[in-house]
Parts: sequence; structure tokens; C-alpha cells
Amino acid sequence: MPKIKMPKGSPTIDMTPMVDLAFLLVTFFMLTASFRSAEPVIVETPSSISDKIIPDNVLMVTLDKDGRVFFNLSEPEARREMLTNMLSKYKVSLNEEQIDEFSFMSTFGCTMQELPSYMQTEAAKRASFPTEGIPTDSTHNELLDWISFAAAAAGNTGRTAFEEAKAKGTDPKMEDFKPKFILRVDSKTLYKDAATVIDVFRELNLNNLNFVTSAEAIPVN
Amino acid sequence: MAQIAESGGGNHGKKGKQRAKKSSTHVDMTPMVDLAFLLLTFFVLTSTFSKPKVLPLNYPAKVPEGEKIDRPKINNAATFILADEKVYYYRGEFYPKSRPGENGPTELKEANFGSGENSVRKLLASWNNYVIKNKVILEQKLDKKQIADTAFNRQLDDLTRDKEAVKVLIKTDDKALCKSFIDLVDELKIANVGVIAPTDLSPEEKELLKEKN
Repeated sequence: MPKIKMPKGSPTIDMTPMVDLAFLLVTFFMLTASFRSAEPVIVETPSSISDKIIPDNVLMVTLDKDGRVFFNLSEPEARREMLTNMLSKYKVSLNEEQIDEFSFMSTFGCTMQELPSYMQTEAAKRASFPTEGIPTDSTHNELLDWISFAAAAAGNTGRTAFEEAKAKGTDPKMEDFKPKFILRVDSKTLYKDAATVIDVFRELNLNNLNFVTSAEAIPVN
Repeated sequence: MAQIAESGGGNHGKKGKQRAKKSSTHVDMTPMVDLAFLLLTFFVLTSTFSKPKVLPLNYPAKVPEGEKIDRPKINNAATFILADEKVYYYRGEFYPKSRPGENGPTELKEANFGSGENSVRKLLASWNNYVIKNKVILEQKLDKKQIADTAFNRQLDDLTRDKEAVKVLIKTDDKALCKSFIDLVDELKIANVGVIAPTDLSPEEKELLKEKN
């Protein structure tokens, strides 16, 4: 019996298509990826059928499951204005560098007294900064001040953005540029705690609130 | 793969023209592929696709202190009370035991967030049948382009404020979780309830709730 001779081919495989595909996917993911910004709290939001995405100019209050209050304002310019007002009201001082850093930060949560040491903490360690969150007591309501200064500042940036859009010749609606008020609560937060924050908003006559939720399928009847 | 470019050909001692060395065109692609897949894995794992959504909810304006307003009588109202993990409800006005209405004092009935007989979804679907039916008609009109988008939204808005439509009050106990609150608002949106008012429990309701537990 003659032996069957296996063809002696080179073990080389042409990898070009695979590489092409790999790079195509890399490019796709690189371009579509949006990174989650570093947050000092982890919040598991409840789900709803709502399909409205989070608008641009927002003022967001976050409540973690222990009821600690955190705050975020999306526009850096507005953040700077809000911070300057807060610093002068509570007679706390930060250096220029820290103010710069603050205006590009995301969510934060600490009392005004703690703010200088909070800003001195390295960015990566702020998540474990020991704090009770922003005070919302009726006697010492810092959240009320944050929100009222933030609403004014965000209103200004919104108006500027609106004027700019108008100058470009598009037909913008003022409604789209107004700051939106967003509440991000954890599933396990007590509603009572959320209600105190909601009452702060209502005290400032800001009654149109939005809850952050993750998407859920609409049930078919 | 993993081939190192062989020294191709070489000089075979021919006397004629000196040919340039013919090196193989194969390039070792392994490191590049490694890198590409590394990046691919990184981006696949870190990217977040679903942007969070927002659920809009309008709260009633705060009444200035010292000012008393008469609560308006609401047509076709339903009240949901969120306690610990349970949902209670009653229809219409609240009649405490001391001042019973035509059908006696108000009793709290229990509901749940499932999809069974006593679920919030089933209850709302039956109460708000009028709105749901009319919304289908409006949607058909929109599909056939008989009405414009703006007209559709306006008519839908009017429909949810109609006297036949259900209006819902949400009251929460101290132990209620945000999850049940959002779940309830979500159910109300599914049932096309347009008027949703989160309010506080009255002392009589609190008492009734205490009896239930």
C-alpha cells in the first residue's frame, strides 16, 4: 500500500481579513464609546418605559441608598459661577487651581466646610471621602443654595447658548436650552429621603422634575 | 505566520546583472493582531450603550405657608398609597370612619406590581379604559394622516384631562422605597394617566394604614 502523502503546505494562514475585521471593530467601538465619568457614588436606578434621553443642560441631584445627597451641574461655566457664589456666601476659599478643577468635575457631595479638604483629596480617592453628603436640614440647607445658584447660572449659560444658536441662523426653541432638573435615586432609597430633596426643589418653585431610569420594554397589551 | 522574512534568493553566482535581493513580502502580523484584539476587548467591555432615560413628573406647586386652599373635588380620582412593600388603593373621595360616605367609610384594598388579577396594571387598564380606547382611535387617525402631530399631542393631552379619565394621587408612607414609587409612576404612564399628583398622607389615612399592618 502506498503511503498517503499529505501535501506539505506552509502552515501560514492569510490573516489579512481577520485583521481588517478586528480593526474595523476597534474603530467602531472607539468612535461609539462614551465613557462613564467617575462618580463618587454608585446608584442603581429603577427602570421605566420612558424613552426620553437625558438632555444637555442639566442640574442633577443624586441620592444614594443611604439617603446621602450629591449634586452635579453639567455646564462647566455655570459650575464656576455657582461655586463662586457659594464660596462667597459661606465664606470658604479655594485657590484658582481648585476652582478650575471643580468646574470640570462631575458629581460631588460634601458640606461647604469639607469642600477645601474634599478638593485637596486626589480625584481617585474622592469616592471614599468620608462625608454625609450635602446637608438638607431645614436649619442648615446647603442644597437649597446650591440649587438656587445653579439654576440661575445654568439659566444664564442656556440663554447664551440659545443666542448663539439663533445667531447661526437655525431656529432654536428656548425650551431646549433651559436647564432641566433631574433626580437620580437608587432603587433602595427611601422615598421619604427623596421627598426632602423634592421639597427643596418645590420651595424654589421648580416643580417639573425628571427621574433617571434605565430603559425597559413597553408591555404589549 | 510567525514567519521571519527569509533571505530570499541570494546571489547564485550568476555572472550577469546583479539582482537586488528578493525578500519575502510576508510581514509578521502577530503583534499587530494581538494589539488589535486587545483594544477590541477593551472597548467592548468598557463602552456603555444604553444612555439612561428620564421619566418626567410634575409636582404640585407648594402652597405658601399660612395660606389655605380648598382642595378641589377631583372627578374620577384614584388614590394609591405606597407602604413598606405593599400598594393600597381606594377610589374617589376619602371618607373616614367618623364621617362615612354613601357606601360607608373608605377601605384600603391591596394591589401588586405583577401582572395577575389584582395588579396595578390590570386595575388601571380597566379604570382608564375610556382614555386607552380613545387613544387608539387618535393613533389610527394619526397613522392615516387625518390629524397632525401637534394636534395629536394636544388632543391626547385633553383626553387625559377629560372628566372620564382617571386622575391619580400618590401618597407614600415613611417606609416606601423609591423603586415602588417609580414603578407606580411607570404603570400610570403605561395606562396613559395624564394627571398624577404625589401628595402627603392625611392623618386619617395614616391611621387606616396602621390598622392594615
